Amino acid sequence: MLRELVNRLSDPIISFPLATFAFYLMLRYYKIFGTKKFAYWTVGILIPVTTWFLADPNFFSIIKTPDNIPIIILLISVGFFTWFALHKAAINDTRIEEGLGPIEATPENREKVWSWPNLVYVELFAIIACTAFLIVWAIIFKAPLEEPANPTWAPNPAKAPWYFLGLQEMLVYFDPWMAGVVLPGLIVGGLIAIPYIDTNPKGNGYFTFKERAMAITAFLYGWLVLWVYLIIVGVFLRGPNWTFYGPFEFWDFHKVVASFNVNLSEIIWIKMLGIGLPKNLVMREIFGIILSLAYIIIIPPWFAKATKVGRDLLKNVGSIRYYIFMFLILMTMSLPIKMILRWLFSLKYIVALPEWELNL
Amino acid sequence: MSDKGIAKQVRETQVWKSIFRHGPPDNSRNRAAVIAGNVFLHLHPIKLKKSGVQLGYTWCMGGLTFFIFLALTVTGLLLMFYYRPTAEYAFNDIVALREHVPLGIMREIHRWGAHAMVITVWIHMFRVFMTGSYKPPREFNWGVGVILLVLTLLLSFTGYLLPWDQLAIWAITVGSGMAKATPFAGNAGPGAMLARIGDFVMVSDKNDVRFQLLGGRFVGEPALLRFYILHCVFIPLVVGVLIAVHFWRVRKDGGISAPL
Repeated sequence: MLRELVNRLSDPIISFPLATFAFYLMLRYYKIFGTKKFAYWTVGILIPVTTWFLADPNFFSIIKTPDNIPIIILLISVGFFTWFALHKAAINDTRIEEGLGPIEATPENREKVWSWPNLVYVELFAIIACTAFLIVWAIIFKAPLEEPANPTWAPNPAKAPWYFLGLQEMLVYFDPWMAGVVLPGLIVGGLIAIPYIDTNPKGNGYFTFKERAMAITAFLYGWLVLWVYLIIVGVFLRGPNWTFYGPFEFWDFHKVVASFNVNLSEIIWIKMLGIGLPKNLVMREIFGIILSLAYIIIIPPWFAKATKVGRDLLKNVGSIRYYIFMFLILMTMSLPIKMILRWLFSLKYIVALPEWELNL
Repeated sequence: MSDKGIAKQVRETQVWKSIFRHGPPDNSRNRAAVIAGNVFLHLHPIKLKKSGVQLGYTWCMGGLTFFIFLALTVTGLLLMFYYRPTAEYAFNDIVALREHVPLGIMREIHRWGAHAMVITVWIHMFRVFMTGSYKPPREFNWGVGVILLVLTLLLSFTGYLLPWDQLAIWAITVGSGMAKATPFAGNAGPGAMLARIGDFVMVSDKNDVRFQLLGGRFVGEPALLRFYILHCVFIPLVVGVLIAVHFWRVRKDGGISAPL
């Protein structure tokens, strides 16, 4: 009963909005989230919940794969360090409100100390701890080795290495040229562009949330919800044929998922206008093409005109930075938008030009 | 620090003095000398702001990433003695490593270390972002760091193929399959059909980026050799150079970030 509920809640249709909402709550109430009490409560709740998860044979069979251990370590570290960063930020923000300035800027912390022994001993300690950790990990868990390579027999599901599973999960919503090439390229380019777009001089060299709320929200949303969350889905919740399986669900190869996704052109020309698809390719996809272009060409200037946030941003960073920033944000948001369109309208492609391998 | 008995006698030998040209680091002069006089330690500044040595501020993740990179270089070198990158031998060599080396954990350390490096590099980047350390004057070094992040993922990805088991070839098949969808440069990418002269197809599965990456139309022996060389020689060399740039710029841009 309860397991059935967890299975249903894990479906991206529900868990993605939940993750986004949890993300919103985390940042909205980051001072509560960043308390030690909150951390203790979370750990206190997570331990029995995790035990309950592990007790399930179906979940355990997924988790025990040796290559899935790094993902568990990743999740624990991402969880801890997200809390820790916001914990430090909450302390600093309270201090800044009281006029004390961030803790890193106190005269005591600005004081210079000798690298020997202060720094080298920290490094030595970190190296020893890391070595011990790796050795213990290596002794407990054997490196995986499966059957010899067989090009004629593909395992199902065939998964990329875990750090690319966010991209593989994007394949559900985008074609490979977007999910595998254009969007990763934009992630790398966008990351490099961050320092040149973010002109806010505050928050340089200390933890804070309040002074850089927009930059941190945008970055964390991409990193936690669109990257780490999708990896979790890709690793734990995608079984044969990349079908969704709940954490307590057996990976039944014969699970049939009804899918009748339709393209925007079909919705408009056939369902709404009742004419049928035009022969001309561009004519057929004209609505999708207009919509996509409008999305990246009209929204940025409209946002700068119509909203105060946009107006201030444009004024503060200048037009080149503003348009690059908006372009990156719009490309980032294209993923959740595509997800929602898929779930609400079973929409496959906004622009469907398989003749040109150009599907959006 | 006490200097008595044997310890003191050792310190006064000609051998010791020839190696360590300064006295014990218990005064300012020698503490400066120990950092400045050692090729490895001189990566550090002689003095730094207190926040820069606090684990609560730095998380030490960048340093650990570098350390794991070194550990992977050493374990990887050891593995290279026993591994031949051919379809005939690769898998069997890994099996032999597992079965004929009692208590052998080099492959384990190498594999888990590779995963750990991906994690530490992500957390390092996260910390740098959360402390706004990419802001001027460190914009360029942030960019170098992003490239290093990509190279770390590529190192891990190319190494994934080398055991030549089912996990390896199919993970690489899925991953490299994306390359054929590259706009204009992949045979199934948008724009590829524009590159056509009459019946002659310029971008096909026999010459597109995926073919260049794999040395073939599927993950076969040429791909194994390519990934081996990329993994063991080419990418580590590039990473080594960029790490040097990265560390140099950390120093030149004012050391570990701190409030202005």
